[in-house]
Amino acid sequence: MSARAVRRRLVSGVMTGLVAVLCATAVLPLLLIFADLIHKGATAIDWNFFVRTPVPIGQTGGGVAHAIVGSAIIVGTACLIGLPIGIGAGIYLAEYGTGRLPWIVRFVADVLNGTPSIVIGILAWTWLVRPVGHFSALAGSVALAMLMVPMVARTTEEMVRLVPHSLREAALALGYPRWRTSLQVVVRTAVAGIVTGALVAVARIAGETAPLLFTALGNLHLSTSLGQPMQALPLQIYLYASGPFEEWHRLAWASALVLMALVLLLATAARWATRRRYAAR
Amino acid sequence: MPPVDAPARLATQRLTALFNRTVAVREISLLFPANTVTAIIGPSGCGKSTFLRCLNRMHELSEDGWVTGSVLLDNVDIYGAGVDPVAVRRRVGMVFQRPTPFPTMSIHDNVAAGLRVNGRLGAAAVTTAVERALRQAALWDEVQHRLHDSALALSGGQQQRLCIARALAPEPEVLLLDEPTGSLDPAGTQRIEELCHELKRRYTIVIVTHNLQQAARVSDYTAFFYLGRLIEVGRTAELFTKPAREETEAYLTGRFG
Repeated sequence: MSARAVRRRLVSGVMTGLVAVLCATAVLPLLLIFADLIHKGATAIDWNFFVRTPVPIGQTGGGVAHAIVGSAIIVGTACLIGLPIGIGAGIYLAEYGTGRLPWIVRFVADVLNGTPSIVIGILAWTWLVRPVGHFSALAGSVALAMLMVPMVARTTEEMVRLVPHSLREAALALGYPRWRTSLQVVVRTAVAGIVTGALVAVARIAGETAPLLFTALGNLHLSTSLGQPMQALPLQIYLYASGPFEEWHRLAWASALVLMALVLLLATAARWATRRRYAAR
Repeated sequence: MPPVDAPARLATQRLTALFNRTVAVREISLLFPANTVTAIIGPSGCGKSTFLRCLNRMHELSEDGWVTGSVLLDNVDIYGAGVDPVAVRRRVGMVFQRPTPFPTMSIHDNVAAGLRVNGRLGAAAVTTAVERALRQAALWDEVQHRLHDSALALSGGQQQRLCIARALAPEPEVLLLDEPTGSLDPAGTQRIEELCHELKRRYTIVIVTHNLQQAARVSDYTAFFYLGRLIEVGRTAELFTKPAREETEAYLTGRFG
């Protein structure tokens, strides 16, 4: 082997090793977090944890059912508001995205994407809490939806843009009107990517705490009314983790574990739902 | 002079296609007689694909694409006022160089796509039409037992015949083929060429091709384009054996292009 070939192999080997190390470094925090959560939280999880609400200090057997239900309602409502707007805006940007108006929409979305969530929370408080006079789950949902829209719009746009132009032309040449080409061929082809993008947004807002502090506020009891303050898992974690009691700390760890598990479950479910029905052989 | 043996199903009159202010195809007048195959040949960039895309109003979908002159389909100008381009494209089918099956649809649904968008057909009528189109595209025998598999499971040549079937299903009057064998192997190419002979009994076919042998094999008439102009058109046998124009002869003998 010539000296040059030896050198090439050496460089290739070093680079491959370097990339592998960097890759492991990127994944490591996630694994550590999970290990830590399971280590500290798993012992506090039992049936009661899921079906009961908190009990007074000193008693055992309390749970966070009100926070789990609350998170589901708040995040679900945020999705109902945010996903149609975000996905619709993304499709619009991708399909009719030239000109001044789309440029403005894109710019605003990028700015919103970078806006700290606490600012969104304050906005929602100013618009939806102060005029009404009390905190509400709905205000929390609106705040979360405002966080979702720009994220979902941008990922949807990217995914729709990835669909090859030839596919669009094939549909148009077949006599598809433009809107049917967009929806039935282009968007349908991009649907797995759109769902993945939406899911990343859901996962992110499910863990948001700051916007909920000013809006949904939190609640020690189970509430299912959108017009009333409602507990959510991140608020629960915040409350328990900053409290003085050992029992609360354990419950905070357990709640964090449940929140992570729910997000993971959601991700898996969405992947399964959008798995390629017609995988190429 | 364009040849006139049969009534022209499709004709262009001084058709000029532009991109913004750049002329891609200049003042082309051609007749396409019913139930014939016309090949359009010429070097890359001569405007043959652009010309083809004017025949079903696809050119205007390109950025800054526009057209002057007229294209008569059964003596009606498809660029006339009040003509819906979508309706034109339903009457003039098109197949592209690369196979473009819809990846989210099954084999059956790909062929049915054009039918469903064209109007309300009963399920039985769709099934019949899908089978007929697949038979016409010589694909039925290979896919009849897996109509509900992904279209992506087919080979490249099969995908291209699927695209032909998809274009045929709504029963267009004219079929435009834009280098339909450009990405196929010799076996796939042969199948498509045989298909052209079959299909001209029902359809008027215009095929753009880089391959001179292919033009000689499949077409009744051949038009030679060069630098956006129509240099010569005639019966294929005549154009290939005794071309009237020097440029045509130079191209056919491989001196350029």
